[in-house]
Amino acid sequence: MLFHNLGKGKARAGAVAAIAVTVALIATGCASDGDSGSTDSAGGDSSNLSITFLPKNLGNPYFDTSDKGGEKAIESFGGTYQEVGPAEASPDAQVSYINTATTQGVGALVVSANDPTAICDALNEARDAGVKVVTFDSDTDADCRDIFINQADAEGIAKVQVDLIADQIGGSGEVAILSASANATNQNAWIEQMKTYAASEYPDITIVDTVYGDDDDQTSFDKTAALLQSHPDLKGIISPTTVGIAAAARYLQTSEYKGKVALTGLGTPNQMRDYVEDGTVTSFALWNPADLGYLAAFAAKALIEGTITGAEGDTFDAGDLGEYTVGADNTVLLGDPFVFDKDNIGDFDF
Amino acid sequence: MTTLTQTSPPQTPRSGSAVGRALGHFIRARETGILLAVLLVIVVTTVKNPSFVFSSDGWRDLLLTPSILVLVAVGQAMVIITRSVDLSVGSVLGLTAYLTGRLFIDIPGIPMIVVFLAGIVFGGLLGLINGALVAFAKVPALVITLGTLYAYRGINVVWAGSNRINASDMPKDFLALGTGQFLSIPLLTIIALVVLIAAGWYMKNTRGGREFYAIGSDPAAAGLYGLRVVRRLLIAFVASGALAGLAGVLYAARYGTVNSQAGSGWELDAVGAAVIGGVAIFGGSGTVWGAAIGAVLLLTINRALPILGVPDFWQRAVVGALIIGAIVLDRVLSLRQSKRLLEAREDSK
Repeated sequence: MLFHNLGKGKARAGAVAAIAVTVALIATGCASDGDSGSTDSAGGDSSNLSITFLPKNLGNPYFDTSDKGGEKAIESFGGTYQEVGPAEASPDAQVSYINTATTQGVGALVVSANDPTAICDALNEARDAGVKVVTFDSDTDADCRDIFINQADAEGIAKVQVDLIADQIGGSGEVAILSASANATNQNAWIEQMKTYAASEYPDITIVDTVYGDDDDQTSFDKTAALLQSHPDLKGIISPTTVGIAAAARYLQTSEYKGKVALTGLGTPNQMRDYVEDGTVTSFALWNPADLGYLAAFAAKALIEGTITGAEGDTFDAGDLGEYTVGADNTVLLGDPFVFDKDNIGDFDF
Repeated sequence: MTTLTQTSPPQTPRSGSAVGRALGHFIRARETGILLAVLLVIVVTTVKNPSFVFSSDGWRDLLLTPSILVLVAVGQAMVIITRSVDLSVGSVLGLTAYLTGRLFIDIPGIPMIVVFLAGIVFGGLLGLINGALVAFAKVPALVITLGTLYAYRGINVVWAGSNRINASDMPKDFLALGTGQFLSIPLLTIIALVVLIAAGWYMKNTRGGREFYAIGSDPAAAGLYGLRVVRRLLIAFVASGALAGLAGVLYAARYGTVNSQAGSGWELDAVGAAVIGGVAIFGGSGTVWGAAIGAVLLLTINRALPILGVPDFWQRAVVGALIIGAIVLDRVLSLRQSKRLLEAREDSK
């Protein structure tokens, strides 16, 4: 009860017990399952191949796939794999996990940043302690990491999505964007590029609105409904986030706009299979997240062993993916985005 | 605090007819203002964009979007009326939504009715844990349910991990339920209405229902009078949990994808809906009808603001202003009410 007075004696003992139970529940419920990492070896050791993956949040199938790729790579070269992360993708949620990894003295941290600056101090403390920092998927500011593994450059991602939507709506009409959160680093960069590219290549396409679904199914779903109502002439939606495109497809699938409003963006084959097969969505793009994690793990290995420093022009071996060269701004590019459609979606399972 | 349904003081309109009395009662009811606000939002938005109501999607979403929150808000109102609060409903909803998906995946061909029952019973059990901790340990509900909010969510994250329930994992019939209509009324809305009418009737007309109000008005007096406070509290929390469980099943049907974060933040929407709908946060006053209308107002405003051209970032501020406005109004009304009652007592001397 909100404001009831506590009784004496027995009731108070009960209260203490209840709080204890609650605390225990919280502790067991919220503890991440990755606390078995190595704590023995000191940081900065060139043979310390213990690598920790820190995704934006746990429970996200995209990072599940990428981290599995990382695990596969680490197993192939005999390192120790660990995955930790917050439940929700809020800007500073990763800081405590970075600090823990630093204390554990891991060889390298592979991070997808929720915010480009909020985790910078923690990352730099880790680097001072000898931990190599690799960012992947979503970058931090360039001075808080050793190397960034870019899934595709913003230009390539923007181009493929605008080309797909232009193809589906016949090159002219109103298009809207359903993004993740308003401060998501990579989505914002892509949206800027998409606007520039669309303006120069497809002058008849106007991008009329950008809304934010916060990478939440229900919010993205409701924002899609609002978009369709507030823009009756809308011909297409681009959703450069895996959660957003699935939620938007689910709304379109059962709405009067199915087949009339085109939808494309970045999605995973498993989430989009239903919608591609029934024609709600014609095609969408993505890179292979497993390859991304795999490449990040090999970059971490090369940094730990000192074969590269992250400088432009450094080359390293990435197992099955072949050899990669570090480009400008200490960045390694994975490759061009891949387009999924009805004909090839059956070949993928992630 | 007195209950508003009981408050119609002797100055009823002169027309002695039952219809007149009912009308007078309706006009003075706390819920009427909120209902008018809902209608105002709908009318203004429809004038700006007729498809808000007059398109098949618009009409469906108007009724469908608030339905799931109505269920949660009704349960929340019952708990708040007993001077408690249940902050764990969002996590309960998330857990049952995930359970729903898992049942369909792990037991192929499981009948839908079993899944519904499983969701309701599971939600009720989680509610029972809350209720037992609050009623027996005498720890404030705010603390207990804040704890279980995190604990239940944590269990969900551990259980679901990085798995996600996709639309293709659930049967088509079940997903159709999430958007299906009967005589142009969405099925989810019908379910919500049935629950609302049942809960509204129970709270107004049964001895058990009135005891919720008595306990919320003055817990000590209720205990001294011999009311079974513990039992009522347990019932309130079990009802809230079971309704959140039912909402979880419907959430899975409507949104088609469930991950470990489904339903986070819903507890605040539910409490907000109840408060906006005139349920006093100190208990003892308000109706489940009010909470339901509050839920409709909250979500309809959410959908109307983008159509009216209000930027994303201001929309939450509007909701906040609504909640504060509702509380201030509540306070003003209760002061006026007590003054009027005092005057009535003076006059009768």
